[in-house]
Amino acid sequence: MNRILALVERDLRRFRRSPTLIIVSLIFPIVQLVVLGYAFGGKLRDLRVGVVDQDHAIQAVKLRELFNAIHANARTFETVEYTDRQQALRDLRDGRINGVLNIPPEFSRRVLAKDDPQVALVEDNTDNFVSATLEGAITGLVADFDQAKPASRVPTQATLSVVEIYPYVPYVQYFLAGSIVMSIFITAMIGGGIIFIDDKARGLHEGYLVTPVTKFELIMGFNLGGVIKAVLAGTVLMLVGIPIAGIPHGFAPGRLGLMFLMIVATSLALISMMFLLMVRVSDPLVPRSIFGVLNTLLFFPSGAVYPPSGFPGWMKAIAVADPFTYAVHAFKSLLLKGTGITAISGDLTFLLIFATVMMTAATLLFRRTL
Amino acid sequence: MSDIEVENITKKFGAFTAVDAVSFNVAHGEIFGLLGPNGAGKSTLIRMLTTLIEPTSGTARVNGYDVRESPNEVRECIGVIPQAMTSDLELSARENLLIFAKLYGVPRERRKHMIQDLLEAVELADWGDHPVKNLSGGMRRRLEIARGLVHEPKIFFLDEPTTGLDPVSRVAVWEMLVKLKGQRDLTILMTTHYMDEADRLCDRIAIVDHGKLVVLDSPLKLKASVPGNTVVEVSFGPAPESWAGTVKSLPGVEDVTAQDHVFRIASNNGPVTTTQLLEAAQRAGVTVASLSVQSTTLDDVFVHYTGSQLRDAVQSTGYDVSVFYQKR
Repeated sequence: MNRILALVERDLRRFRRSPTLIIVSLIFPIVQLVVLGYAFGGKLRDLRVGVVDQDHAIQAVKLRELFNAIHANARTFETVEYTDRQQALRDLRDGRINGVLNIPPEFSRRVLAKDDPQVALVEDNTDNFVSATLEGAITGLVADFDQAKPASRVPTQATLSVVEIYPYVPYVQYFLAGSIVMSIFITAMIGGGIIFIDDKARGLHEGYLVTPVTKFELIMGFNLGGVIKAVLAGTVLMLVGIPIAGIPHGFAPGRLGLMFLMIVATSLALISMMFLLMVRVSDPLVPRSIFGVLNTLLFFPSGAVYPPSGFPGWMKAIAVADPFTYAVHAFKSLLLKGTGITAISGDLTFLLIFATVMMTAATLLFRRTL
Repeated sequence: MSDIEVENITKKFGAFTAVDAVSFNVAHGEIFGLLGPNGAGKSTLIRMLTTLIEPTSGTARVNGYDVRESPNEVRECIGVIPQAMTSDLELSARENLLIFAKLYGVPRERRKHMIQDLLEAVELADWGDHPVKNLSGGMRRRLEIARGLVHEPKIFFLDEPTTGLDPVSRVAVWEMLVKLKGQRDLTILMTTHYMDEADRLCDRIAIVDHGKLVVLDSPLKLKASVPGNTVVEVSFGPAPESWAGTVKSLPGVEDVTAQDHVFRIASNNGPVTTTQLLEAAQRAGVTVASLSVQSTTLDDVFVHYTGSQLRDAVQSTGYDVSVFYQKR
C-alpha cells in the first residue's frame, strides 16, 4: 500500500508543480460549454422573407399584417416586399433573403369562397435550421390566419394540452453534463495517456521497474493518481459550470453529493479505459493521434450534444458501449431533473462494471519488463 | 560465492542475437566494466541482470538470486542507474529521493537522515530543494547515483553513467563513484564505451562486441596482452613498395598495420624503433608527414581482440600521447 501511495504522491506533487494539466482540462470544456451552449441554444431571429403579393385584396392584406406582427414582436423574420416574383427568387438564390412567400392572384376570393386558398413558401433548404424555423413560424402564422374566425362554443376537434414537468431548459444547461464528462476525459487523455506514454518514452518507468514495486502496485499507483486528477477536474468544472449554465438550486448538498459520486465513477471508468488503450503503447505520437478520434467517437454518440434517439443504428450501437452515454445521462438526470440515486443507479452500475473490466484487461496485458 | 554469476546468458530479439552466450562472474567489492561500442549488447546484458528483460536462455544470479526465478529478491538488493536520465524533472532532488525511498520501503525514521546524507555525498545538499529540471546534466547524474543508493543496495549497476556529460562532469562522476565505493560495501557493474573511464575505474573489464564477450581481465593485464608496449603511428609521403617490409624489419617492431600511407607500428622498444624509423626514412628519401608515439591503451586492446576500432567511441580521451617529432 505504501508503494501505491508513493506513486500517487509523486503524481500529485508533479501535478501541483505544473498545473497546466488541470488548466487545459478545464479551459476546453468551459469554452465549449459557453460557446456551444449559447450558440445552439438561442432562437433564430431577423431572418428575411420576401413577400410577393399578387393579390392585393383584403385577405392578402390581413395575412401581411400578421407577418408584420411577427417582425414587431418575436422578430423571427422581417418582410421585404417584392413586386417581381422572379427578382425575389433570384435574391433567394443569391442569399439576400432566406425565403419567399408568394400570395397568388385570387387568394382573397378563394378564402372567402373557401375554395382551397393557398400561399407558397419557397425556402433555401441548404440551411436546415433556418428553413425549419421559417417553416414552423409561417405554418403557425397561416394556422392563426385560418382561425381568425369565431370559435364554436363546443370544440369539435381533439386538442392537445402540453404540460411541462420541468422548467424550461436552455441548451447551455443541457450541454453542461457533456462538458463535465469532457473535462474528465481530457484529464484522462492527457494525464493517463499522453503524460503516461511520455514518461515511459523518457525512461521514467524504467526507474520504477528496477524497484521491488509489484505489477499490481504499479497499476494501482498509476491509476489512482489519474483518478484523483480527473475527479479534481470534473469537480471544478461542475462548480464553475453550474453558475455559468444557471442550474436552479445547483448547489443543493444532496445533488452535489450524487454529482461527486458520478464524477468518481466516470473518472474510474475513463482512466481505466485509457490505461487499457495505452498499456502496450510506447510511441508518444499514438495518444496524441488518437485523441481527436476518441473524443469524437465517445462524445458525440453519448447524447451530450443531441439526443441518441435521433442517431442511425451504428451510432446507437456505439452509444450503448460508450461510458460517456451513461455518465452524460446520469449528470443530466441530476442537473436538469434533480433526481435521486434510483434514477442514476443503472448508469453508476454500468460505469463501475466497465471500470472493473477495463482494469482487469489492462492488468493482464501490463508487462513488468521493458 | 561471487556477487554476480552469469552463465551462457543469451538474448534474442527475433532473428537478431543481442547477447550471445556470455559468461562471467563478479566478485564481492569489485568494480567490473563491460566495455564495448554502442550496439555491442552491454545494455541488454545489464537489463537482463536487473530484471528489466528476460533472458532467452542461460542463467544469471545476482546476490545468489536467479534473475528469472526470484526477480523481486534481486530488485531488493540492487541499485540501478539506467542509461537515460530517469529522474522526475518537475520534482526536487530531495523529492525524487523521497519517492524512491518509499518505493524501496525504507522505514520512515531513516528516510530523512539518509536522504540528507546522500545529497551531501553527491555534493547536492545545496540543491536538494531545486527542481531537477534546473540542475545541470552532471548534477542530474549525481542525483541518479544517489537515488540508486537510497536503499543501501549491495550491488550497483550503472549503464553508461557518463554518456552525454562534458569532460569536467565526467571526472566529477568518476570521483563520486570512487568515493562512494570507498564509503560503502558495494559491488559495481558498469557499462561504458569510454576507454579512459573503464581504465580508470574498473578492477576488471570484459570487452563485448557483437553480443559476445571477447576478452576479460584487469586493465593492466589486458594492455600487457597486446603485442608491443608502445604504438608508433606515422604518416609517410610517397614511399617505395618495399617500404612496409623495411618498417617491419626495424628493431623492436612486433606488428605493423598499414592503411594508405599511415602505419601503426607496435613496438617493445619505442625510442629505438622511432629513431631507427626516422633514419631509415631519411636514407630511403621517404617524407615523414606526422608521427606520434603512445603507450598501449584499451583502444589498442580492443583493436587487437576485435580487429576493429571501437566504433562510436570517438570521444575517448586521456591517451598517454607524446608527440615528440613532427616533420613538415
